[in-house]
Amino acid sequence: MTAHARAHPHPPVPITPEVDFVRIRFAGDSGDGIQLTGTRFAETSAQFGNDFATFPDYPAEIRAPAGTTYGVSAYSINIGKTEILTSGDQPDVLVALNPAALKINLPDLRRGGTVLVDSDSFTAKNLAKAGYETSPLEDDTLAQFTTIAIGISSMTKASVAHLGIGAKDALRCKNMWTLGLVLWMFGRGRQSVIKWLNAKFKDKPEIAKANIAALQAGNAFGETAEMATELRRFSIPPAPVESGVYRTATGADTLAWGLYAGSRLAGLKLVLGSYPITPASTLLHILSRMGDLGVTTFQAEDEIAAVCSAIGASYAGALGLTTSSGPGIALKTEAIGLAISAELPLVIVNVQRGGPSTGLPTKTEQADLLQAVFGRNGDAPVVVIAASSANDCFDCGIEAVRLATQFMTPVILLTDGYIANAAEPWRIPDMSEDRYAPFPVKFRTDPEGYHPFLRDPETLARSWAVPGTPGLEHRIGGLEKDYHSGNVSYDRDNHQRMTNARVGKILGIANHIPEQTVDFGEDEGPLAILGWGSTYGAIRIAVRRSITGDLPVSHVHLRHIWPLPRNLERVLSRFERIIVPELNTGQLTTLLRSQYPKIRLEPMNKVNGQPFHVSEIEAAIIKALEG
Amino acid sequence: MNVSTPQVKLTAKDYASDQEVRWCPGCGDYAILKAMQKTLADLQAKRENTVFVSGIGCSSRFPYYMSSYGFHTIHGRAPAIATGVKLANPELDVWIATGDGDGMSIGGNHMLHVLRRNVNVQILLFNNEIYGLTKGQYSPTSRPGTRSPSTPGGSLDSPVNPCTFALGSGGRFVARTTDKLMKHMPVIFERALAHQGASFVEILQNCIIYNDAVFENLTEKDQAPDTTIMVEHGKPLVFGSDGDKGIRIKPGTLVPEVVTVGQDGVTEADLLVHNEKDATLAHMLTTFAPPAFPLALGVLYCDPTESFEERIHGHGRVADVPDVNLADRAAIKADMDKIFLRPGTWEVK
Repeated sequence: MTAHARAHPHPPVPITPEVDFVRIRFAGDSGDGIQLTGTRFAETSAQFGNDFATFPDYPAEIRAPAGTTYGVSAYSINIGKTEILTSGDQPDVLVALNPAALKINLPDLRRGGTVLVDSDSFTAKNLAKAGYETSPLEDDTLAQFTTIAIGISSMTKASVAHLGIGAKDALRCKNMWTLGLVLWMFGRGRQSVIKWLNAKFKDKPEIAKANIAALQAGNAFGETAEMATELRRFSIPPAPVESGVYRTATGADTLAWGLYAGSRLAGLKLVLGSYPITPASTLLHILSRMGDLGVTTFQAEDEIAAVCSAIGASYAGALGLTTSSGPGIALKTEAIGLAISAELPLVIVNVQRGGPSTGLPTKTEQADLLQAVFGRNGDAPVVVIAASSANDCFDCGIEAVRLATQFMTPVILLTDGYIANAAEPWRIPDMSEDRYAPFPVKFRTDPEGYHPFLRDPETLARSWAVPGTPGLEHRIGGLEKDYHSGNVSYDRDNHQRMTNARVGKILGIANHIPEQTVDFGEDEGPLAILGWGSTYGAIRIAVRRSITGDLPVSHVHLRHIWPLPRNLERVLSRFERIIVPELNTGQLTTLLRSQYPKIRLEPMNKVNGQPFHVSEIEAAIIKALEG
Repeated sequence: MNVSTPQVKLTAKDYASDQEVRWCPGCGDYAILKAMQKTLADLQAKRENTVFVSGIGCSSRFPYYMSSYGFHTIHGRAPAIATGVKLANPELDVWIATGDGDGMSIGGNHMLHVLRRNVNVQILLFNNEIYGLTKGQYSPTSRPGTRSPSTPGGSLDSPVNPCTFALGSGGRFVARTTDKLMKHMPVIFERALAHQGASFVEILQNCIIYNDAVFENLTEKDQAPDTTIMVEHGKPLVFGSDGDKGIRIKPGTLVPEVVTVGQDGVTEADLLVHNEKDATLAHMLTTFAPPAFPLALGVLYCDPTESFEERIHGHGRVADVPDVNLADRAAIKADMDKIFLRPGTWEVK
């Protein structure tokens, strides 16, 4: 169903994850440089040829008070020799730089897993902040785990003492000390990190030197420390992956590139109007660096101006794009209605986060599906598609542009914080492949018989004439238009006809999108797991493991949310039971029940800010098939 | 500016669309429409390169009545839409038609930003000091005590002065005229179009239904000479039915005062001379209002600087993607590979 799913239809399945791959979680204070440590480790693993998936989890506050449980920042990485699709499962190794990080993350750790802590941070004050009455290093809290307690802070300070930097700067290097040790544990070289540090701190050579010294010291510790025997040294062979050129990319990267590629395939200039919002700002940042390729980016004064500038750009013949997250999309609602009424192409990206209102800005959720499909005044249909992974974002970006321009309609593209932030090894697509054939927009230039709402009989898309074209001067707007002239009309039969045309145009797109396929497993059977968006990885692995264990289950994953694929009902009707896991309270279920009342769907929902674990989906499969 | 000498000379009528104009009979908007059509005919402006963008309100119906390109959008957002139009195609002449409710209330934020960014558009703010389309509620420019359906006991809030707002927002072209000045409006519109950057024009406009005669003292022939002053660059600030009144700075202060030339030893040499590039003077002029001072009309401020589009496109920030073969496959592959193949790739065989 997704491009990259098609690329390798039957890769090996990890049955015993603790053998096939290792899941590491770094956790510490939000000021400890955890995200950076994780990112560097992911990068190093990627260069080593490992397959991996990452899951950053950081607090909403930029710098929450040190030592508190709500200031804990974490970064999970799965590394393995098989295809890795999720990072949300139980970690095998937990690196906790303070008691609060241990407190928050310990419940996730696999029984028998390894805990690596900075014993220096287990002071009475920090223990109290984390809510520990006694030190977990001394009581039986960690009895089920392999505990490695190292004075990371003091060893870091010692490792940089000869450089004469301040105590505060010295302590800041503790993430690098830790990374040095972890790189040793996993048999990774340090060269790429050193290179990166030198580049990052090229204007502060003393800071670069200190970080490198700490990195080397941590690595040397693993090599020489007395307790080294306690460290389980993992060795992960490179994963068998499809041949090609790869790079590390987050969902934000691949989406930005996909949208740009789409604009080029349509033959249009890309104009982004955006307003900073977590977790969508990354898209604005990435596209802002693409000016040399012809991308225009505009940081507007607010969310409304952001979408309006994109609409203005589309009106003038560019591809208007706006990127945001739930609260920002809410503000854009009226303007999206204008683009629907004026029938202008527009791409709206919603990088979903926890809601309602400000909600959980940095946590992931899929609760904006119904907002996307229905959340406007009037009968205001749009196209909605959802990306299922960082890899899928590139093709979804192109698909959004294709539909927006060929059908003269806004398209809402849903991703979420998990997809946007997760880094994956990404096989660079070959743009000369047929699937990336251009779909150039043909602007109307012939004045003969022209009016702005003249429709293509096949697609119902209106003709697109842009300012600057002689003889095609016309006026459009949010008032109802006459079907036959495009002029303002309050005629009641006309409004019925125009409403039908707008709704029919969008529903008709079902004939121009791929039919639904079963992603993995048989086309019929006792059970299907139906997902959309970022639950893809967890469902896929859970279903594959189950199938390998001879459980009859299939995975169906939706990319096109509205209109739905025209054969979806038929596909679903071949399964006796259908479980629909969603990170919301049942929105896809609600939508599908309204369309296919005969199909029985069983919602499976959670909204705790975390992605589904493979084990949760597996448990649901087992329960359903036993029941 | 998209001005040329076409083979067939266009008349004011050629700039009118075929749509029936639906403002109330006697509305000041008719005069503004007529003045605009005359301006564009005077300039022989290219209709295909002219775009009128509007929000919501009586004034925002303006685009429907022009034969150029037009976009009637949503309430208050015309400046943001117009900014997008200019980002996509800086060559277009973009006019914004807005009102005191659309531009100063619901769209106040966008007005601030389009001005400070200096987007090269012309903003026409039709100020009738009332909400017309929604049937007569007071507006942010209504005078204190305005009785309306939503303020039966009289409005309580202080009004905003659009020209002062525009100056304070960083506008580099601020002018004021009225719907009664059929010769003045085209002059101001022409100046606004010629100005590179955001031009802000406040037009005092009479709403015959909900706020009739609110500007009477400023527009009637018998009163206007004493209640208004027509400023001109390089000329002294003189007004009055006898042409003997003027504005000077009270000696030893920064305070302006109205004086009579020939009285108390005041000569014309004592009067302030209008300088369009003087922001301090401009601010003073925007605040003048009867009875203490005459309302200032004309170009109050004009001090051009680089426009937003020039900054974006002029400094190589955005590459000019060639118009032809934008969708050329080889070119696309080459450009995409520029992104994909930056350092950090590895090959799996």
